[in-house]
Amino acid sequence: LWWPHSPPTRLPRPPPAAAGSGPVGPCGRRAYTPPAERKRFYQNVSISQGEGGFEINLDHRKLKTPQAKLFTVPSEALAIAVATEWDSQKDTIKFYTMHLTTLCNTALDNPTQRSKTQLIRAAVKFLETDTVCYRVEEPPALAELQKNEWDPVVTWAEKRYNVTIGSSTSILGPNIPASTKETFVSHLASYNMWALQGIEFVITQLKSLILSMSLIDRHITVEKAVLLSRLEEEYQIRRWGNVEWAHDYDLCELRARTAAGTLFVHLCSESSTVKHKLLQD
Amino acid sequence: MAALGAPLRTLRALRHAAGCSYRDSPAYRHVLAAFRAHWVTGEKLCRAQQELHFQAATYLCLLRSVREHEALHREYHGRGERSPQEVAGLVGFRLPQQPGGKG
Repeated sequence: LWWPHSPPTRLPRPPPAAAGSGPVGPCGRRAYTPPAERKRFYQNVSISQGEGGFEINLDHRKLKTPQAKLFTVPSEALAIAVATEWDSQKDTIKFYTMHLTTLCNTALDNPTQRSKTQLIRAAVKFLETDTVCYRVEEPPALAELQKNEWDPVVTWAEKRYNVTIGSSTSILGPNIPASTKETFVSHLASYNMWALQGIEFVITQLKSLILSMSLIDRHITVEKAVLLSRLEEEYQIRRWGNVEWAHDYDLCELRARTAAGTLFVHLCSESSTVKHKLLQD
Repeated sequence: MAALGAPLRTLRALRHAAGCSYRDSPAYRHVLAAFRAHWVTGEKLCRAQQELHFQAATYLCLLRSVREHEALHREYHGRGERSPQEVAGLVGFRLPQQPGGKG
């Protein structure tokens, strides 16, 4: 995912990290340490409605994207969620925890400059190496686990989209018929550009188009999708033990990113109306 | 639906995000308003209500995992790398002084 490199509002650069001694880089920073985190420089976060959509205000300053465009989102709920992310930063701003903000920045700036067609093509290409279609033959316990956990999802996708997918134990992966790919291409084309950025993000995280679609269609929860994506890891953890600083760290990060991506897709593609019925006297 | 859990947990998770005044935060008010709007319905199968439950559960997952991820990061990954001097010092060595610089 693309990280914001420059500060969102025009402020003086933070002072270089002074702690410790060692080889000093061009910015006066040590060569291998992560960049100094920015301090929280605002008191209040609020949202307001502008011409292009909803904007985020940090005190009196308007939030901008890394490419200095005005940060506007089409949905009020999304704006509120982004504002909550900014408001929940304590002393320092940890950009790596602000997944919704990063997704909005990516949608607004489109730094890889991909068109809708290119995004859809990248997403559907994942089907050829979809995690839930790639099966092992041994150990038999893992093969059995894959069959029991992944077969239902594949069957659901085949029924829901009226396609043939199947699974494979060969190194080349499953043979996906062209008609299946076309069905997914036309289904994804019904989403707008923002939602597509989110969908492609979720697919990249879960390494599976099928799991992403079942998540976006609300067939499974985020926790379940992450579990199915990490099935082999979970199997190995159960056999050999859990390493908190690696396994749990990856698990939480994957859950956070997948949840953010899913929420982003739903908030960018929904429109709700409330109709009030009059009570009969 | 049972797997989604109570939407109340989403509201409480906002407490960690916003701090003490979470009841006034826009996120809390928005979630509450959305649930109230979908509370009364004449339909037997309310899709909007299910969608809202799913969204609340997803947001809860997001808030909770971000918090846990940050805690793990702080505990295990927060300190960055040691300098060469510190690494040498771990085993009791000192780096050599080379007044002419490295050859």
